Amino acid sequence: MTNSDINRLKDKAFQVFGIFCTFIGLVVLAVFLFDIIAEGIARIDWDFLTSLPSRRASRAGILTAWVGTLWILVLTTIIAFPLGVAAGVYLEEYGKKNKMANFLEINIANLAGVPSIIYGLLGLEVFVRQMRLGGSLLAGALTLSLLILPIIIVTTREAIKAVPRSIRDGSYALGASKWQTVWNQVLPASFGGILTGIILALSRAVGEAAPLIVIGALAYVPFTPSTPMDEFTVLPIQIFNWTSRPQEAFLTNAAAAIIILLIITFLLNGIAVYLRNKQQKKVKW
Amino acid sequence: MLNLKLNNLNAAMLLGATMLFSACGGNSENAEGGSSLSGSIQIDGSSTVYPITEAVAEEFRAEAPDVKVTVGVSGTGGGMKKFTRGDIDIVDASRQMKPSEDSLAQANGITYVELSVAYDGLTVVVHPENDWVKDITVAELKKIWEPAAQGTIKKWNQIRPEWPDKELHLYGPGVESGTYDYFTEAVVGESHSSRGDYTASEDDNVLVQGVSTDPYALGFFGFAYFEENQSKLKAVPVDDMDDSNGKGAILPSLETVKDGSYAPLSRPLYIYVNSKATARPEVITFINFYLDNAGELSQEVGYIPLPDELYKEQKQKFEQFAKGAQK
Repeated sequence: MTNSDINRLKDKAFQVFGIFCTFIGLVVLAVFLFDIIAEGIARIDWDFLTSLPSRRASRAGILTAWVGTLWILVLTTIIAFPLGVAAGVYLEEYGKKNKMANFLEINIANLAGVPSIIYGLLGLEVFVRQMRLGGSLLAGALTLSLLILPIIIVTTREAIKAVPRSIRDGSYALGASKWQTVWNQVLPASFGGILTGIILALSRAVGEAAPLIVIGALAYVPFTPSTPMDEFTVLPIQIFNWTSRPQEAFLTNAAAAIIILLIITFLLNGIAVYLRNKQQKKVKW
Repeated sequence: MLNLKLNNLNAAMLLGATMLFSACGGNSENAEGGSSLSGSIQIDGSSTVYPITEAVAEEFRAEAPDVKVTVGVSGTGGGMKKFTRGDIDIVDASRQMKPSEDSLAQANGITYVELSVAYDGLTVVVHPENDWVKDITVAELKKIWEPAAQGTIKKWNQIRPEWPDKELHLYGPGVESGTYDYFTEAVVGESHSSRGDYTASEDDNVLVQGVSTDPYALGFFGFAYFEENQSKLKAVPVDDMDDSNGKGAILPSLETVKDGSYAPLSRPLYIYVNSKATARPEVITFINFYLDNAGELSQEVGYIPLPDELYKEQKQKFEQFAKGAQK
């Protein structure tokens, strides 16, 4: 066997190994999806989406849970989007590369890895108690905003970094100020990447139960919220609550609610992919 | 059956309210008037008590549609923290208030009343094919679960010589749960003290799964989880060696928990009400509604009702307390 034969063999072996690794994740996901869908799909109907919580599994619905989830999504976006993007732009475009910047950078990267329950405790002390927001939607959205800010900042910076130096130089050469360059050139060019980051961050926020339970989100709410100061529940809390019930029928409900949550997450991801593709076509250089 | 009764109850309430409006009088307990009530009632606390409170809140919707009752599941400890700060009106508790929590409440000027609403029977379970365990004594349970057993009690025949020479696999709730606190207190004699080498889960369904697939398992959890999974599990009769409350080993059931003979593993579940909340008519009506319906509703969600006279006692206790609080 020649050297090149051995190399070809190694190459083949690695290829097989790579395919195997890829399939592990996919198979597990497929089994999980199949299991959940088989158990829950029959339970989903209009009543399930429009009914209030109930002790009888067959009559219980997720109206307050999914409305609460949508509220949280919208509020979190309103809060986290401008803050995160502005922070990213500052760090990448304005901030000087000194020790302070290094320090901030390391901390933001670390914050992205802090367990979500810690953010819950922080939110409980700062938003719920000090700012006296109570267990409201606003307190929940602020807490989740903290949770996803590091992700948004990091992805914003990556997206901005990908804009070539020459674009900025061209803008300056035409007499544009720094702000004009950022606003008219850098942000539009990197917007697809930024949006993708935000939507992926929101997909994470939408699945969180622990920090919201800590700040006092409820399990039984018989009304849909009408202002950001209202109390609320979200889908993950409802799912968590149902899976711990002894009656089998509640597990079916939980599976059905998981499908709804998955649909929301897939929709968000779909929007992210669509926006990114659309944006990439716009960028002419 | 329940529906029928509740409908009757609703009809009675409606009638009562109508009479109240037309005659501007009436001496019913809900003299404040059923459906005209509004406001909100905030409840939080134990996830064990949650199903009962949820059921009561759900039925209360028909009784007083304008009262917003919300229920959280922060756990007994978390709920007590909020209650003793005065953040919530009512706390669900799967154990009694601790002295430390009581002093916190006092420091914040909060007075409260404790009401029992139902029983739970902690059930000792084994695999259905386990044919050697016919009963177990509290002393034997202690021998299995006490801290000293860690690493030494590993086989079934160490508990009783006639039991097989097989490994003993233990399953139980996590140390943060009220169920664990109660079991250790009743069996080991000291709350929160047990061996650590057992399979622990905060989700009782995981424990059900574990015991039902392991022929050498022994575990414990709330009665409702056994009741819903009777085909996959076998409950073990427990003997407390005290014949004054039922002779010999006793299986947990509706009757034995209710009459107190399933000792020491039946535990009462509680709600605590803040005295400030009792100034609001909707809270008074809600608590009375709770105690009137807790019997039937607790059974429906898998718990065991108190004897009727105890519910009456709780109602009197609450009435006294509410009166005292108004002064």
